[in-house]
Amino acid sequence: MSAILTIEHLRFAYRGGPLVCDDVSLSLEDGEIGCLLGPSGCGKTTVLRCISGLEQIQAGRIALNGTWIAEPGQSLPAEQRRVGLVFQDYALFPHLTIADNIGFGLRDLDRTARAVRVGELLDVIQLARMGDRYPHELSGGQKQRVALARALAPRPRLLLLDEPFSNLDVEMREKLGQEVRAILKGLNTSALMVTHDQHEAFAIADKVGVMQAGRIEQWDTAYNLYHRPVSRFVANFVGQGVLIDGRVDAEDKIATELGPLPHCAHCDLTPGQAVQVLLRPDDILHDDASDLAAEVAHKAFRGADILYTLKLASGTRVLSLVPSHHNHALGEKIGIRLEIDHVVAFPTGQEMSSAARMESA
Amino acid sequence: MGDFDFGVIERSWVYLFKEGMTFSLTLTALAMTGGIIFGTLLAMMRLSSIKPLSMFAAGYVNLMRSIPLLLVIFWFYFLVPYIGAWIIGSPTPIKVGAFWSCVITFTMFEAAYYSEIMRAGIQAIPRGQVWAGYALGLNYWQTMGTIVLPQAFRNMLPILLTQTIILFQDTSLVYVLSITDFLGAAAKVAQRDGRLVEMYTFAAIVYFIICFGLSLLVKRLQARIAIIR
Repeated sequence: MSAILTIEHLRFAYRGGPLVCDDVSLSLEDGEIGCLLGPSGCGKTTVLRCISGLEQIQAGRIALNGTWIAEPGQSLPAEQRRVGLVFQDYALFPHLTIADNIGFGLRDLDRTARAVRVGELLDVIQLARMGDRYPHELSGGQKQRVALARALAPRPRLLLLDEPFSNLDVEMREKLGQEVRAILKGLNTSALMVTHDQHEAFAIADKVGVMQAGRIEQWDTAYNLYHRPVSRFVANFVGQGVLIDGRVDAEDKIATELGPLPHCAHCDLTPGQAVQVLLRPDDILHDDASDLAAEVAHKAFRGADILYTLKLASGTRVLSLVPSHHNHALGEKIGIRLEIDHVVAFPTGQEMSSAARMESA
Repeated sequence: MGDFDFGVIERSWVYLFKEGMTFSLTLTALAMTGGIIFGTLLAMMRLSSIKPLSMFAAGYVNLMRSIPLLLVIFWFYFLVPYIGAWIIGSPTPIKVGAFWSCVITFTMFEAAYYSEIMRAGIQAIPRGQVWAGYALGLNYWQTMGTIVLPQAFRNMLPILLTQTIILFQDTSLVYVLSITDFLGAAAKVAQRDGRLVEMYTFAAIVYFIICFGLSLLVKRLQARIAIIR
């Protein structure tokens, strides 16, 4: 496998503005689907605009398929990059039919070849009989499928999707997300998506980059982002959980209010150090036989399970995901047990979030 | 009504329409075509990221919109021969003729107004469509020509036509150059036969019927051509 997209130390700022992309580096393998995940304003869309050639980068470089396409002062025009774009608001051409929209990027083909390719794509997006309709006659989900087909028609080297499902309702979002992944994988198309919705990111992407204040904090698989976050920001942004205080003791265990935890293998901690340990709701199990008890402070019914907010003796709150037939009342004390596969701990006070890092810089 | 002689209309209407109205309509059609083309280019320049272009377009539009049309007509009529001579390096003023002088004047003047209409039309097209065009391999001119301008033109057609109705009324100002447009022809007959009230009333009614009729048509057109988003 070779890298279809390589970004090295990309920096970008709008004229006179602050740095929007700060030293962004990532690499996407051929056929892989990547995703940039982050709160709004973190610079993720700007990364897409730089890759597509709509913005000129100020430092760093971008390669597509092993060729450098963007360096400061040197840039392949957007129309020559063969990078497809799908937008949040679809951006279909309202004055053209669905078939003409999809065939729009196929100007080099003759009429017959174009019709064949458009027909193929209409089949792929399952709108075979809708070619003669106009965009306003379609639902949001159908429009976004047309936009996808339009972007895929000229066989782009890379497809970029900017918050592609944000305008759809939740149900459609999930369904279309799965469909899009299936279509991209079926055509072996590499893609980079941008979203603020982690469920969307995890459902579609092979690799996810969590972005914060113009930087990629971690570029990794969904599993690792959840279970091995490299920073407090990633730990907080991805999934739910709380950080509780602890201290590395001499036996290379971490002592916490909930008892000793195994040492965190990759965290680079020294004995005696004060740390904060990440506890996910699925790390804390309900166990009536346990000596450890906590008071139910809040509960959120989720159908299959209930998310309890539990108050420990010291007042610290932790989250616990419990099968929903264990229905406990507020104020009730329930037994809990820790079951942590791998401990994640951050030295207390040492690591600032990158936002703070930027402010202090 | 005893003193009025409406027979003067009966005697002169063929002349009024054949000479006068033909001129007015030809001038309107040419100035509209030229004005929309030049106006669209001005709008594209004004929206350009290239500073000198947008500054030139803005300056031009503001200048034209700040001078009375009558003054521009005079100014052009007397200056175009000299400017033309200077451009081609001729020692004597070139002969432009009243008709072409009018066409050039109205084209350049109306272009300023058409350009503001087209600018609004272009800006109303979501930027995403332009980016989509680039991403699909189209350059600036192709994106403009196939995505932005067709939609902008279609959306703005009623306003462009309304501006053209105003242009048609404005063409009557050429009578200051003693040109026989419809109003000019009516004025000539009126003075020859001493029938000012009858002729000017008739001219007013004709302008009203044409302009009001056209504006009703524009209204109907507006309902039919709107692009549904």
